[in-house]
Amino acid sequence: MDLVFTMLVPFLMLGTALWGMWKRVDLWTALTDGAEKGLKVSLRIMPPLIGLLTAVYMLRASGALELLGELVGPLLSAVGIPAETIGLLLVRPVSGSAALGVGAELIETYGPDSLVGRTAAVMLGSTETTFYTIAVYFGAAKVGRTRYAVPAALCADIAGFLAASWAVRLLFCY
Amino acid sequence: MAMSLIWTVMVGAAILCGLATGNGPAVAKGALDGAAAGVELCLSMMGVLCLWMGVMEVMERSGLARGLSRLLRPAIRRLYPDFARDGRVMDAVSANLSANLLGLGNAATPLGLEAARLMAERTPGVASDGLCMLVVTNTASLQLIPTTVASLRAAAGSANPFDILPAVWLASAVSVAVGVSAAKLLARLWR
Repeated sequence: MDLVFTMLVPFLMLGTALWGMWKRVDLWTALTDGAEKGLKVSLRIMPPLIGLLTAVYMLRASGALELLGELVGPLLSAVGIPAETIGLLLVRPVSGSAALGVGAELIETYGPDSLVGRTAAVMLGSTETTFYTIAVYFGAAKVGRTRYAVPAALCADIAGFLAASWAVRLLFCY
Repeated sequence: MAMSLIWTVMVGAAILCGLATGNGPAVAKGALDGAAAGVELCLSMMGVLCLWMGVMEVMERSGLARGLSRLLRPAIRRLYPDFARDGRVMDAVSANLSANLLGLGNAATPLGLEAARLMAERTPGVASDGLCMLVVTNTASLQLIPTTVASLRAAAGSANPFDILPAVWLASAVSVAVGVSAAKLLARLWR
């Protein structure tokens, strides 16, 4: 099972390449154009990441994150969410770059292969910037009466956070 | 606006808490370390991110997104019964969903917004059940291969950055299922 996920990346690369050749796509150009987009994405997320990691490192050094974790920790632990992820839970629905910064710091501090690091990664990968998305969609559709969209979306978020914590515990046997 | 507030609160809370707990100098050092860490993180993520964006570009140009969106059509009709007969809406919604699944964020948003605009034409100013469903599915993360997160883990030295995939799929599936059920349930209660 472990080998499957280790080899997933190279096999996906080969599979995509063969499929692209079959479909007569100019493979090399597509690959390099995509990589160029990746560079642009990296450059675009760098300024907000610098700003946010500055703030997150300051918070970490001040002891505020631990304090917050201790305050609401028991509540989160009771439902299976690691208390250390409290900062991520707070910023995730509001800002994508803030969540990336907070998540990156968690992964760095606790290690990418630890319970907290993995949970943070799965939370980032299975939830979205809910309030931002809602604002953009209803703004574009010029809709003011959003009815039940916000509560339903928040239900999905809470379920995502819980499921991320449980899935990591279940699949990695912590 | 939201970001300015979040950042100011974070910095303010760090300084206040640092002074109260006697960690003031550590907070000052943290600011400098954090700024440097932002650059380092981006640089060490760049390789994996570029590789995946390249692979995804091939997928997009080879018509994988279009094939997937045709495959998703029947499921989408059931999810949006009010718009099942509206070809333009169905096209935009299924293309939006398949772009979301493949992680083509830049393609997904304009398609989703187009669908939202078309849906709102019928009920100006009020979110119809279809529009609520569209928003809920777009606020849940459906990306099959979360590239940014995997690059983050790779940058931090993970033994296998992609080993979280089954957990991500499970958590995403639960999140989407709960969101869709909540929307369907609330559609009956909310008049």
